[in-house]
Amino acid sequence: MNPSRRSFLKTSGALIVGFSAGSLTVARAQGPLQGSPAMNQLDSWIAIAADGSITAYSGKEELGQGISTAQAQLVAEELSVPFNRVKLIYCDTALTPDQAHTSGSQSHPTNFNSGNLAQAGATARELLFRMASERLGVPADRLTASDGVITNGSKSVTYGQLVQGKKFNLALDPQAKRKPASTWTVLGKPIARPDLPDLVTGKFEFVHNVRLPGMLHGRVVRPPLVGATVGSVDESSVAGMPDLQKVVVKKNFVGVVAEKPWQAIQAAGKLKVTWNPGPPLPDQATIHDTLRKQPARDTLMVDSGDVDSKLSGAAVVKATYLHPYQMHGSMGSSCAVADVQGEKATIYSATQAVWYQKNTSAMILGLKPENIRVIFRRGSGCYGVNGADTVTYDAAILSQAVGKPVRVQLTRKDEMAFENYGPAYAIDQRASLDPSGNITTWDHESWSPGLGNRPGTNRPGNIITGSLLGFPPADFAPRSPAPPPGAFNNNSNAVPSYFAAGTGTVRSGRVLTHAVESRFWTGPLRSPARLQNTFAHESFMDELAARVKADPVEFRLRHIRDTRLKEVLQAAAKTANWETRPSPKAGNRKTGTMSGRGAACVLYEGDNGYTALVAEIEVNQDTGKIVVKRMVASSDVGPISNPDGLRNQVEGGALQGLSRCLGEEVTWDNEKITSVDWRTYHSLPLGFEVPKIEAVLINRTEGEAMGAGETSITLVAAAIGNAIFDATGARIRQVPFTAERIKAALAARA
Amino acid sequence: MAITLKVNGRTHTLDLDPATPLLYALSDDLQLNGPKFGCGLGQCGACTVIVKGQAVRSCVTTVKSAEGSDITTLEGLGTPEKPHPIQQAFVDERAAQCGFCLNGVIMTAKAFLDKNPKATEAEIQQAMSGVLCRCFTHVRMLRAIQMYGKAVAR
Repeated sequence: MNPSRRSFLKTSGALIVGFSAGSLTVARAQGPLQGSPAMNQLDSWIAIAADGSITAYSGKEELGQGISTAQAQLVAEELSVPFNRVKLIYCDTALTPDQAHTSGSQSHPTNFNSGNLAQAGATARELLFRMASERLGVPADRLTASDGVITNGSKSVTYGQLVQGKKFNLALDPQAKRKPASTWTVLGKPIARPDLPDLVTGKFEFVHNVRLPGMLHGRVVRPPLVGATVGSVDESSVAGMPDLQKVVVKKNFVGVVAEKPWQAIQAAGKLKVTWNPGPPLPDQATIHDTLRKQPARDTLMVDSGDVDSKLSGAAVVKATYLHPYQMHGSMGSSCAVADVQGEKATIYSATQAVWYQKNTSAMILGLKPENIRVIFRRGSGCYGVNGADTVTYDAAILSQAVGKPVRVQLTRKDEMAFENYGPAYAIDQRASLDPSGNITTWDHESWSPGLGNRPGTNRPGNIITGSLLGFPPADFAPRSPAPPPGAFNNNSNAVPSYFAAGTGTVRSGRVLTHAVESRFWTGPLRSPARLQNTFAHESFMDELAARVKADPVEFRLRHIRDTRLKEVLQAAAKTANWETRPSPKAGNRKTGTMSGRGAACVLYEGDNGYTALVAEIEVNQDTGKIVVKRMVASSDVGPISNPDGLRNQVEGGALQGLSRCLGEEVTWDNEKITSVDWRTYHSLPLGFEVPKIEAVLINRTEGEAMGAGETSITLVAAAIGNAIFDATGARIRQVPFTAERIKAALAARA
Repeated sequence: MAITLKVNGRTHTLDLDPATPLLYALSDDLQLNGPKFGCGLGQCGACTVIVKGQAVRSCVTTVKSAEGSDITTLEGLGTPEKPHPIQQAFVDERAAQCGFCLNGVIMTAKAFLDKNPKATEAEIQQAMSGVLCRCFTHVRMLRAIQMYGKAVAR
């Protein structure tokens, strides 16, 4: 835990987005945007009506992980009422505080510790007890609360009677005490998500189902090639098409609006646009070499200063790990509805940041932010910056052009070809070992491309629509050599867990990152950079263990200082009945189908969730096909808010990680993206041989709440790669682990 | 032209281009939330409806070809108050994250199991091979499907 960073996150509101540490990261650096309900006022978070009903307001939204259920549990717990008495309203710029993005596994750290929503709950409870004490003439410590009633056994008063629907007019009290986790009766329980019955019966309203009176349907016409610009648009090509309302061209943005979706689709398909191609794309086969040759922005995360001297002359273990661009690939293509009427706009969006969407929509529309209301409606699971923000701009621009509400949903191809991908990585690792098999020095160097990002407060050009409208993406400023390392921060997990600066014991080490420019849009994809870095670290750790013929779990444990990281690894190993021995497995033949196991562990972001994973697999050495039989994922994220929700995240993360590890890869030719549907981008379907998944949950009731949405996914590629090595003696160092790559690794083994 | 669609037991006459994909008639004209646009290519399952007992991808089925058939959408199975047994199985197993794929998962599994009540695990896997869930709630969804399968087989 890094207390300074954690308290920094807790106390400040907004985010600055930019390049850092060779990856796209976000760091909070400013307060909430103008117009946001005051973060330090109780009324911004909680209201109690005269009938005693409780409404909570949050700036952290439900994206599908169950966080809205956990937040309602939190407020119900602090106010001693049943779960269903709390109504939670989140992410509406007219109603809720600006808590920046709902992202980065920050909803728990932000709202479940000692600030914001949790502190509002504690402040409200203490206030209600003070009011009841005064009203009943009974000392507060003789009172108890249950179901919205405060009593000393003989006299009682309800919350509704105390507050009478009035405002509290009270600042959040930093001294107000949270209820200890050991006493919880609502929070910490596996309460079912209240949205499930509506979801399974088709009653639930996604942003895709928002229907406004007089709403029209828009369709965008994206450039067919990467970097292409509009030459000309021949509006006569669609003249007379039924129900077509308008063709809209603004710089390189092209779209159509029609009465109905099918007419809009046909018009968009028929509209003749000539495009000027962009510069040719780099060859995909050699992209990782290309990254190394580009101008770079260099950052030193750690440098003990002795790495070169310690590695020279020593027996050095070296390996290079490669990761592809991958996409969010949301199940439903992104959709938004905007109603721009003159100077005012109301926007329904699945954005992860309603307040930032409000600011940047104002920029693209040329309106004042205070005249725009952005209302979050759930979209298809996003896993980061998918097309939700860009389609919101699309809908806003088209609505402004016709002065009526417009709904836009992207095509599958437009979603996949222009989203902000999780970036490719090339990572070199070098290390030396002492005669007793301990790591003496570790050198890490990575190259990763970036272009754009989340729009943040003022960068609509960080995503495709803003760029087409003429807004520039965030600047790229090459810098070499890197300045000396700043204060230690392992937000991107660029630093291996085994470094003494973090959770480990290795004192001699260097981590150097090179951020370079990308031809494709990039941005946070679930476990951004952390996943790619951890794949390299945890695979390399296994290679080092094998070099000294040590058991991979034991080898990790002896290089870890942090007891919680040790314990989470031991918990996974124990549940998996881990057999202590070196890899590869003695006696395995080099033909046929062989089984093996692999482990990995990490403290996510250096302070935001302990996790370990053991994978058991079978490799068919004739076909290169692997089958994952079992995954045991352990998790220690502090006090557990909802064990069923946590389990769901651990399970889903493990399988999403498996899909990314085995098949997911953005592809392109010399001018365009070619992975544009589910035939060309490979997601594991419902019908694959799903492994048994066991979630091992460690509940630390005394600790701080950490994030859990990105933990298990971070470890999958390394654990699977390590299991392949255990089964076969072949090391695979490039994601995805296709059958061809596994066969090549098998052919190359010693 | 006038197109007559029988959806969830009710008959609707709509003025539509006969080439319109059925999905748009359901989600736009009839304002149903169950069937969803996922890919428009018949590759993910999000738009699935049941026609004559078969799971059909409404994004690649024209309204003309669906005329006269009984079309069932997710809404036609049950309501939050009175869910169909397969919907109840998904609630019981808490088998959702974002929930966008549920329509395709539930409708595909229902159509298959109703026709093949004695299906093995491998056969269910095969039946679900063209359905996606990008949140990867597979473990819970497959448990819910098997729970429904057991109820149908009884």
